[in-house]
Amino acid sequence: MIHRALPALRAAPVWIYVILIYGFIFLPVGVLVLFSFQGSRVPVPPFNGPSLQWYEAVFTDERMMDALTNSVIVALASSLVSVVLGFLAAYALARHRLPFARVLQGFLTAPLTVSYLIIAMGLLITFNQLGVPKSLLTVGIGHVVINLPLCFAIVYSQMGAHQANIERAARDLGAREWQVLALVTVPMMWPALFAGFFLSVTFSWDEFIIAFMVSRFEVTLPVEIWSMLRTGLNPKTNAVGSFVFLISVATVLLLDFVVFRRKKT
Amino acid sequence: MTDRPPRYLSARVRAWGLLLPAFLWTIAFFFAPLAIMGLYSLWQRVGTRLVSEISLQNYEKFFAKSFLFQSLVNSIEVTVMVTVISVLLAYPLAYILAERVPRRWQRLALILAILPFWTSYVVRSYSWLLVLSEGGILSNFLLDMGITEDPVSFANNRGATVVGFVHFFVMLLTLTIYANLVQLSPSYRKAAADLGAGPLRAFLHVTLPLTLPGIMVGAFLTFVLCIGDYITPQILGGSRELLLPQTIMMQIARRSDFPMASALAMILMAVVSLVYLACARWLKIDRV
Amino acid sequence: MTLPAVEFRDIAMRFGGKVALQGINLTIEAGSFVVLLGPSGGGKTTLLNILGGFLDPTEGRVFIDGRDVTRMPPAKRPTTTVFQDYALFPHMSIAANVAFGLKMRRVAKDQQRIRTERALDMVGLGHTAARRIHELSGGQRQRIALARALVVEPSVLLLDEPLGALDLKLRRQMQEELKLIQKRVGTTFVHVTHDQEEAMAIGDVIVVMNDGFIEDIGSPERVYLQPSSRFTANFMGDNNLIEGSITDAAGERIHVETTFGGFSLTGKADKGAKVALSLRPEHLHPDAAGERAKIGTAKVVESGFFGTHHQCMAKLDGSDNTVKLRLPQKQMIRPGEALTLYADPADMVLLTR
Repeated sequence: MIHRALPALRAAPVWIYVILIYGFIFLPVGVLVLFSFQGSRVPVPPFNGPSLQWYEAVFTDERMMDALTNSVIVALASSLVSVVLGFLAAYALARHRLPFARVLQGFLTAPLTVSYLIIAMGLLITFNQLGVPKSLLTVGIGHVVINLPLCFAIVYSQMGAHQANIERAARDLGAREWQVLALVTVPMMWPALFAGFFLSVTFSWDEFIIAFMVSRFEVTLPVEIWSMLRTGLNPKTNAVGSFVFLISVATVLLLDFVVFRRKKT
Repeated sequence: MTDRPPRYLSARVRAWGLLLPAFLWTIAFFFAPLAIMGLYSLWQRVGTRLVSEISLQNYEKFFAKSFLFQSLVNSIEVTVMVTVISVLLAYPLAYILAERVPRRWQRLALILAILPFWTSYVVRSYSWLLVLSEGGILSNFLLDMGITEDPVSFANNRGATVVGFVHFFVMLLTLTIYANLVQLSPSYRKAAADLGAGPLRAFLHVTLPLTLPGIMVGAFLTFVLCIGDYITPQILGGSRELLLPQTIMMQIARRSDFPMASALAMILMAVVSLVYLACARWLKIDRV
Repeated sequence: MTLPAVEFRDIAMRFGGKVALQGINLTIEAGSFVVLLGPSGGGKTTLLNILGGFLDPTEGRVFIDGRDVTRMPPAKRPTTTVFQDYALFPHMSIAANVAFGLKMRRVAKDQQRIRTERALDMVGLGHTAARRIHELSGGQRQRIALARALVVEPSVLLLDEPLGALDLKLRRQMQEELKLIQKRVGTTFVHVTHDQEEAMAIGDVIVVMNDGFIEDIGSPERVYLQPSSRFTANFMGDNNLIEGSITDAAGERIHVETTFGGFSLTGKADKGAKVALSLRPEHLHPDAAGERAKIGTAKVVESGFFGTHHQCMAKLDGSDNTVKLRLPQKQMIRPGEALTLYADPADMVLLTR
């Protein structure tokens, strides 16, 4: 009422547009999920389900389950490293006047502006040159490279003057530096740390090209799915895709729920 | 002994200590590999051997061999197309979400609009295959409607790649433009109306320019992510024309020509940097 | 008499079930500087939004220069607004901001330039035309907002707490400037504020609003010295409210019995009515003179020096009542000291509401 939007946007065309675009956005996902319950061997119409056989096929596939475990390990470990390193760096830059602070900040966030493909190639060439064998460890290292700047940026943006004053108050009351960090700063920054960690988990969980290039025998789930694509359209791919989607959405909703609720209080 | 105040561990030393792990990690696993790659791009592969002689041969080859250069042209064409279409589709959606949807439904509507964003990237392209390929949803729909008589394939061409990309980036742009729209003070539009601007002119003179930062940030992200992506064109684009990331992967996987792949990667980085410099003005705009 | 600049007729505004305005009837003379004054939530900003066309009233009609504008969109109204956050367009230069309204009215380019320059000169910022908004200070932004709103020569200029964001000294300076500019251009100004000192400093007419109603309308002197309700008396500066009841009424002459004693004064009220007397602190004196009646003896509880005077709280002997009073600048006073207080009944204002 208080601000009048374009009246040219009359109700009918507006809602037709909204329905069409939501349709476009949900079409492939809807098809993916629907045909994961397909009864026959191809995920194309006609639909003759529902059947859970493809989910069964996924959960009894040992390679798939290994890849799932690998993905979870890499995601949790790389995100933990990213958020710890990112937090320490953000704390150092936000709380101390260092020379070239802006340059250092640009330096740490630089990987955000480079394609994953290029990061992956650089790592591949470097590991080859140094004779480092490709493994889950190298994948994890790569994922820290892309998630560290993200965690740093999120935590850094949330470190305001307000928190600095609270830390000063703690110091004034006799807290030592590590006590300030552990008892005041970390609890205060908890939502940002949590957001950084879980965003990193979803990014790592979904990351393909780095995992593809710097892994060999132990692969993550996206790489395993990629190799399944060679078999063409297959309801089993639908099933595993729907499952991954479910996990990601649950993670995002959890993140939203925790961070959003804390902000309200 | 000179009379000096007692010394404590300097705050600055401690700060450097906290910064060091992240700093070293970024150097060791980001900058150093980039530098090594830059060096590689000046080497050559001869037969199955690497020759560590500095020359610009790979770059010369890039401009001389039409299929390499063409893949860059293809990439730029596809990326520009995707960016423009995505902005045009996302802006109205973001505007409707911010202005026409009641406040308490906005969050839900937005979460829904970007929900498929969280499907696995590989799976998302695959699911477009389900829609576009021969015998897929679209083909089946057209058959049922009697528009075609035989199953048709919409996959394995540039159009399919563009559709797959647009699907992803519409969601991204809706997010950045929506975020820009809702942080605009409503008094800007009030002021425009108050000073005699009709709804259309208020939009063109005030709302649109004030949401330019959101558009530019989203468009830049779209450009960077789109031009460096291998998965979408590989799954949806078919083999008739290649985009730059596909040529890069081809150099590595089929030919093990790391120097050439490195040179192509450097060219990709150069293109992104040029676009960044061109957009920097809008990406860093003061939002007073 | 000329047509009033603004007339509100029986305006009511409800948001859902919540009443924001009720029974508003108000006429604003052309060329006057009117201040809508009241606490936040009192309805003053809602009334301003209705006048500017940003809200449609639930009931009633609005006239500007005799024309019914109740359903007219803001773009078509002969009003412009100085917004609380100024709403200067950050993507335009100062000059482009000021020229915006002229451009929207399709004024010729050279005219736009001339009038923009003149408006910028009027607020003393002619030299800033090419600058950007973020290069200006708060006070300068405020002036640009004023120039932008005045350049289109509106019939009525609306000011929505425009001085709220400025520091005290700058605020006082801008008040004087606003008053001067208003006198110069002769446009009707409708100004919203919750600061009663600001209202008295700039307004020709003060409209006191509370709880969606108009409590009082009048000149600053009238509203301060002869408040028409308990709310107005309390809202317009410091005040002692003395509750009591009418024990005798004969024509204009009445007798009020209060906890402070009985007083005879002029006024109109029915015998037996519960009333209150308003007595400003500066009207309580520690000495008898003229027509002053004795209020009683009191002990000073607290005292503070305000530069021009001492402000004291004193407790009346033999009761729990405390009063506020002002003592001259040079009269030293300590808590615990005893005073005998006097007041002229003519300074007491009878409040029946």
